[in-house]
Amino acid sequence: MLHRLSLFLCCVLFASQIHAAELENALTTLAQASSRSELIAAIEQIGATGDAKAIPILEALENNDLKASETGQLWIVQGEKAHAALDDTTAEAASLTLNDLPKVNNTVRRALRPAIAQLQLGAPDVKTRLAAAEELKKRPPDNAADMLTQAIERETDAQVKTLLETTLAQIQLESPDPAQRLEAINLLGQRGNPDFIPPLTDLLQQNTDGSYKEPPEVRTAASKAIAAIEASQARIATLRNLFYGISLGSILLLAALGLAITFGLMGVINMAHGEMLMLGAYSTYVVQNLFKDYLPAAAFDAYLLVALPVAFMVSAAVGILLERTVIRHLYGRPLETLLATWGISLLLIQTVRVLFGAQNVQVANPSWLSGGWEVAANFVLPYNRLAIIFFVILVVVMVWLILQRTALGLQVRAVTQNRNMAACMGIATRRVDMWTFGLGSGVAGLGGVALSQIGNVGPELGQGYIVDSFMVVVLGGVGKIAGTVTGALGLGVITKYLEPEVGAVLAKIMVLVFIILFIQKRPQGIFALKGRFVEN
Amino acid sequence: MTRLRQMHSPLAWGMVFLVAALGIVGVPLLNTMTEAGSTWHVPDYMVPLLGKFLCYALVALAMDLIWGYAGILSLGHGVFFALGGYAMGMYLMRSMAGLGVYRSELPDFMVFLDWKELPWFWYGFDNFGFAMFMALAVPAVLAYIFGFLAFRSRIKGVYFSIITQAMTFALMLLFFRNETGFGGNNGLTDFKFLLGYNLQEHDTRLALYVITASVLFISYLVCRWLVTSKFGRVLMAIRDAESRVMFCGYNPLQYKLFAWTFSAILCGLAGALYVPQVGIINPSEMMPANSIEMAIWVAVGGRGTLIGGLVGSGVVNGMKSWFTVSYPDLWLYFLGGLFIFVTLFLPRGLVGLFKRKDSA
Amino acid sequence: MNAWLERTREFWRRDQVFDFMLPPLQSRELDVSHGVVLYLENITVSFDGFKALNNLNLYVNNGELRCIIGANGAGKTTMMDVITGKTRPDTGAVFFGQKIDLTKYNESEIAAAGVGRKFQKPTVFENHTVLENLELAMQMNKSTFVSLTARLSGEQRDRIDEVLSIIGLTEQVYLRAGLLSHGQKQWLEIGMLLMQSPYLLLVDEPVAGMTQQEIERTAELLTSLAPRHSVVVVEHDMAFVRSIARTVTVLHEGSVLAEGKMDEVQANPKVIEVYLGEGY
Repeated sequence: MLHRLSLFLCCVLFASQIHAAELENALTTLAQASSRSELIAAIEQIGATGDAKAIPILEALENNDLKASETGQLWIVQGEKAHAALDDTTAEAASLTLNDLPKVNNTVRRALRPAIAQLQLGAPDVKTRLAAAEELKKRPPDNAADMLTQAIERETDAQVKTLLETTLAQIQLESPDPAQRLEAINLLGQRGNPDFIPPLTDLLQQNTDGSYKEPPEVRTAASKAIAAIEASQARIATLRNLFYGISLGSILLLAALGLAITFGLMGVINMAHGEMLMLGAYSTYVVQNLFKDYLPAAAFDAYLLVALPVAFMVSAAVGILLERTVIRHLYGRPLETLLATWGISLLLIQTVRVLFGAQNVQVANPSWLSGGWEVAANFVLPYNRLAIIFFVILVVVMVWLILQRTALGLQVRAVTQNRNMAACMGIATRRVDMWTFGLGSGVAGLGGVALSQIGNVGPELGQGYIVDSFMVVVLGGVGKIAGTVTGALGLGVITKYLEPEVGAVLAKIMVLVFIILFIQKRPQGIFALKGRFVEN
Repeated sequence: MTRLRQMHSPLAWGMVFLVAALGIVGVPLLNTMTEAGSTWHVPDYMVPLLGKFLCYALVALAMDLIWGYAGILSLGHGVFFALGGYAMGMYLMRSMAGLGVYRSELPDFMVFLDWKELPWFWYGFDNFGFAMFMALAVPAVLAYIFGFLAFRSRIKGVYFSIITQAMTFALMLLFFRNETGFGGNNGLTDFKFLLGYNLQEHDTRLALYVITASVLFISYLVCRWLVTSKFGRVLMAIRDAESRVMFCGYNPLQYKLFAWTFSAILCGLAGALYVPQVGIINPSEMMPANSIEMAIWVAVGGRGTLIGGLVGSGVVNGMKSWFTVSYPDLWLYFLGGLFIFVTLFLPRGLVGLFKRKDSA
Repeated sequence: MNAWLERTREFWRRDQVFDFMLPPLQSRELDVSHGVVLYLENITVSFDGFKALNNLNLYVNNGELRCIIGANGAGKTTMMDVITGKTRPDTGAVFFGQKIDLTKYNESEIAAAGVGRKFQKPTVFENHTVLENLELAMQMNKSTFVSLTARLSGEQRDRIDEVLSIIGLTEQVYLRAGLLSHGQKQWLEIGMLLMQSPYLLLVDEPVAGMTQQEIERTAELLTSLAPRHSVVVVEHDMAFVRSIARTVTVLHEGSVLAEGKMDEVQANPKVIEVYLGEGY
């Protein structure tokens, strides 16, 4: 064991000595570069050394802070001070006579980045190595095959290793050795990334004289690899539709849940229900701004957690106010309630427009919700959507618990089934109405918070949701959470599967036609309560 | 004779004819015969505005027929109105073939979209008679199919209302698309001639006004005749106790479907009259908000009276014209407040204020 | 697969015609050649597993006055729903006379064929006058286009007057039905049934909320109807049932528990146990 370790150390030391020599040569070339192409050649040389010590030098070059002295010594200038490259010497910048190197432009930068990345592959920090590997995969540098092979052997992290292998395969596609090319093709085929289709297709091209560029076995492998990539892309597309369908469905569910409960309870449609979403989203906006203005930046990420109860309270309060002042007085006149609540929605929209302006406002994702989880190439599940799905599950479970396990829930279910009977049993039906309305509106407010994380927040945010969420209620049936959940997810998934095929507008129309045909068969929805009591 | 007396009392007949005469003959006379400065003068710009209001009144009549008498609240009548309008608009576009900006046989927007030939559904619209037929037939067919499916599965109340709103929404999105072939966002506009008459000329506008007023008058009489017939009584019976009607041996589906389709036809007619007077038809006419506004006209005037719809559409639209000029920001507050006020405090509408409590 | 086979077999049955070939139920001829006006055979209706009707068999003779009693939830109203087409039975056959299979028609067709129904809660058209209520109920062509031009003939007006005097509402003829008292509404509804001149009347708790005097008059009216019409009465009021009933059927948990004369039924130990209780 000890023997091996010492051998390894020897190798490393030896290698680093060779590197040191190579690096010095390369740096000299860099200092003497008089044109951009010479600069690029020098950068590639440095990159090929794989010596991490060159990283600050290249970074300085990228920022145009690298200067060369008459003697060919490189200096990194930082304000007044200048550090010598590969040396601990520091000097006043003014005391040196320094020449500018050729200015870095985008062409040079394209060479610089992979070079820096190559060097970073040796970094002890996994995150740095991962970022470097990503960079290399995007722009695989030429002649890096050996360096990559070594890096792969060295690499301990599986994710970085996979990335590096992919990069190596991309480079090896042009390898002169057909066996190596075949291996590379197979590997790329397994990776399933559509970015590899163009280089693979290149292998199938004919020359101008009609002969093929590649031998038949390479061509077969290439077409197989392309087919494999396409197949995996199709699978991913299906999964992506499913995911976005569930995501849409979960938002519809938040919007429809409150509507389903209040519709089941009182038989009225609250046309201002969409505005409860809007109020929830604007509450998030206000909380976000308060955090930005009055609290340290470190606390900003927590604003969403504060926004949730605030949005719930605001929407619930408005809902209760609405119920007490308007809806209660229209009991038994559902069509009038429809119109009155529409009037309320107009008032709310106009008020928000006056307070916050007619333009959309910006709600930023907290850092823990930005980014996403890359399941496969080209298939990223954004954290905000994932979070919403989990959040919705949480909310549904809570609402279910409230309805099934609390006194209010028991009363709500009783009133939903038979209002008069419940009233006779001593249930204060009006109070149940009020609290349920508050609950339903509050849930919509939570939906608004969710919406603010994935879309624009504007005064008309809620307008589009009332019809969709009612469709969910129609589909799922009244008074059963399971129905609402199924309806929402079904509608979301169907929509997302239709959209790529026929476009968003036709998808909407087809869904509507489907719902109309559906209620021909099952007028009471999927989960209908059967029996005599259904018909008032 | 008894039938006439059922429709109106002699006094009411007198009033109806007086108002009709004032509307059909009086306004044009006051416009052409009086001096510009006189108190009685109706200025030229008022004529198409009044014509527009009369079209809205026709819509309100149609709404009242099904909401007031059959108890079906439609939030989708804007679609039938717009479809009638589009049929007329298509005729107007075709009648100016070769006179557009691009001097092409095709309507301008098709040239703009680089379409080479007329889509099949534009065929025949160069014929005025066909276009008018379609203005009534398309809303009727859509209403019939939609109504058949909805009423057959016994969808009623708020369910029906929301589904009509969904229909409106879907069709609006469809018409907003350029590929649908009706001018997309901008709709159809820049009309020039109707049956060879120049739409910009005052005389043409006056004539259109008179035609609209007459159509409204006739439609009112037809509706009054309908609601005072046994048909109307069955319709009201369905509104009040549908199951009882069924157990009396009537099939409510047929009755509702007839009233619903007829109402859609009236809307299509209103739309067709509206377009040449306003000069544009675009998908925003199908916005759900517009259809709901139609309901508030009837609610303000008073449901189940026919007159109420006419009064309400006049009052609300008059207010709208005034507000949007004087206090544009306050209009939505007013409208929202109106929705709430009328439903809470004025369930029988303005007309209800003048009626005895026990007469329905 | 099985369901499909079933349907194919159904398709080739030779004793039945296809639904779309059935004659429209506007013709008012009822074949009662075997003396039975209503057959209910093996009817089962279940709501989410709960059997509201469980293999119910019931026959009503032509011109009979039949009373049906049973505890709450015994299936009385569901049975009415099945006969009038409001609820479709899961299994079983409902025949009106010898030829008309009621499960094939909807509510309005069944009503037009001659089955009248009175609800538990009086339902009249409250915004119409008494006259209009009776006019709407009158037996005549009830299609939409006929209704546009329909006018009351002298004969029809006479018929209305006749019914008005039977139900004692002659003076209220132009009054809005919504302004009538509860008892008057019950009477008006019975009057509407009479206007339909049905072969079979289904009457659900006709005397609920009536005064003793009104109850007596109702009993009189129902018994007077019996020879010309067949009447099925569902009622809880035992005194009333005894005063009118010739045959009584007791329903229990969705099927017939006992049937016979009032005295026999009341003496039946099973009936005493489940319905009448020790008190009787």
